[in-house]
Amino acid sequence: MKMDFSKYPDEHGHFGPYGGVFAPETLMAALEQLKDEYASVKNDPAFLKELAEDLQNYVGRPTPLYYAKRWSEHLGGGKIYLKREDLNHTGAHKVNNTIGQALLAKRLGKKRIIAETGAGQHGVASATVAARLGLECVVYMGADDVVRQAPNVARMRMLGATVIPVESGTKTLKDALNEAMRDWVTNVDDTFYIIGTVAGPHPYPAMVRDFQSIIGREAKQQALQHENKLPDVLIACVGGGSNAIGLFHEFLEDDSVEMYGVEPAGLGLETGQHAAPLCKGTPGVFHGNRTYLMQDKNGQILGTHSISAGLDYPGVGPEHAWLKDIGRVNYVAVDDEEALQGFRDLTRFEGIIPALESSHALAYATKLVPTLSKDKMIVVNLSGRGDKDMNTIAQIEGIEF
Amino acid sequence: MSRLQTKLSALKVVGKTALIPYITAGDPSPKATVALMHLLVEKGADVIELGVPFSDPMADGPVIQKAVERALIHNVSLDDVLEYVRVFREQDMETPVVLMGYLNPIEAQGYEAFANAASSVGVDAVLTVDMPPEESKGYLEALQQANLDRIFLVSPTTPDNRLSAVNEKGSGFVYYVSLKGVTGSKELDVEDVARNMKRLQQSLNMPMGIGFGIKDGATAFEMAKIGDAVIVGSALVKLIEANQSKGSYDIHLAIGKKMTEFRTALDKADALKGQE
Repeated sequence: MKMDFSKYPDEHGHFGPYGGVFAPETLMAALEQLKDEYASVKNDPAFLKELAEDLQNYVGRPTPLYYAKRWSEHLGGGKIYLKREDLNHTGAHKVNNTIGQALLAKRLGKKRIIAETGAGQHGVASATVAARLGLECVVYMGADDVVRQAPNVARMRMLGATVIPVESGTKTLKDALNEAMRDWVTNVDDTFYIIGTVAGPHPYPAMVRDFQSIIGREAKQQALQHENKLPDVLIACVGGGSNAIGLFHEFLEDDSVEMYGVEPAGLGLETGQHAAPLCKGTPGVFHGNRTYLMQDKNGQILGTHSISAGLDYPGVGPEHAWLKDIGRVNYVAVDDEEALQGFRDLTRFEGIIPALESSHALAYATKLVPTLSKDKMIVVNLSGRGDKDMNTIAQIEGIEF
Repeated sequence: MSRLQTKLSALKVVGKTALIPYITAGDPSPKATVALMHLLVEKGADVIELGVPFSDPMADGPVIQKAVERALIHNVSLDDVLEYVRVFREQDMETPVVLMGYLNPIEAQGYEAFANAASSVGVDAVLTVDMPPEESKGYLEALQQANLDRIFLVSPTTPDNRLSAVNEKGSGFVYYVSLKGVTGSKELDVEDVARNMKRLQQSLNMPMGIGFGIKDGATAFEMAKIGDAVIVGSALVKLIEANQSKGSYDIHLAIGKKMTEFRTALDKADALKGQE
């Protein structure tokens, strides 16, 4: 029987056993309100028109589907196309979602928005829409990430946002999310929490997915225009999983399309120093939903490691957990070194400097594509550009500013 | 009736407000917890709320976050917490013990295995911060079958239409979160609490405890006038933090003094209520 993916999640936010609303009581009413408001606008032509216009005129969509000819020929397998989310305003796919959630915040009459951020791309995208709508914006960011993604911290502050470094726990993305939740519990009356990925309590995973699905809808049209067929393979990196769901979702019911979600293997899957819950984790409940987690046998959440701050997270969106279990998407991992090589390859073969997050997807392409026949079409989601990673890369490569 | 329900009804009969202190299990070290529990009882605790350490306590303020970090340095697990309760029960079969924590450590054990283990060592009730009634299928049945009370939270933002689920699925008492915020935060707005409690008491069929932000005797006194139980956490845990380098004698002295402050305030409020 053919699966109807549009039926997921159910009305309580469940993707099979995953997802749900595991939130503190103080937030339950706000989540219910958000769920109702989102349900009422998601098919509202006026809302969708405003969203479409913003995406076109402010974000710069549609983003191109670019044939990476020289890199494809070098790898000697199929034809690699890049979905150029790096060309969006603010430099990554994150803005697709913040534009949508900001419109909701406005409709709900909220004066203040908060966000968590890892690499800073979601923080920048949130600060950007806040500036545009004249809303107060507070961004929580792990203290370690504030250091390694300094250019984005500067951008957020320039845009008028308050960036609060989070010193608790492991000082990375998960701790930023904890702190944002604490803020939301305290200021729930006037504050809208823009979650940046397809995780958190319902309706966030479904809502963020819907806003990001523009990536796959465009890619499908563009693939037909370029090659007159659907892609054979899709590849995207997975931290929380928003760019991957954004690309995959439109293709879930197209059985011929193979999909690969690429997790960060950090120093290696066998070392424990990684952030690959789908490859190496177990199901549990964290940050408002049931999903695969990096945890110990006592249910404590483990610290993670990845060279890319945006993927350095011990959980993953619940829809990915479910897509893994039903076998629709393959989840694989590449380590820090491989990701760096992916970064170098794209930079040198195509003149495109990718984000370290996206470099994980590129690195997997370098492994997979040589094994494919030349008639295959591969779409890699180039989720963001690498400007923010200059410090990290320069340090590794011994380049001085 | 469960040990918790029996205790709360007995107190109600004599017109007493229950004092429920919270400490994080394993803070500042694993060997401190059982002795602290006995101290709390000696200084007037009617029920003990024992926090189960979790790596990401997203509803807690900085004071309890640090307590959890101190406990996790010693890798205090849910099994360890149950072991503290077992040892506590060797000397105290009377004081109800409520476990308070987050869902994932319970998920990791499995609902039934956890409920049976908790019940067998003498735990009386479980409060899981990130488990609203809506998601409680399976969890609820496991606790029920092990005769454990299910405490749910109600907050200033809880709409009336969600209260029936609390009546239906909860037992023991309802924990009223007195403010919008994390544990130990801000100043309490006494009038706001009173107004909300009045609304909630009309719909809820259980005793009501008030917690979050009760810092001193004066606030506890005001809360005792409107609730059946007063829950104090950060105010005590802060003293563990302040005295940890000095050792258990000083911790006990400080906690004992603070508990006396709370107990005196509650007794004063009860005496006043008795006269009305």
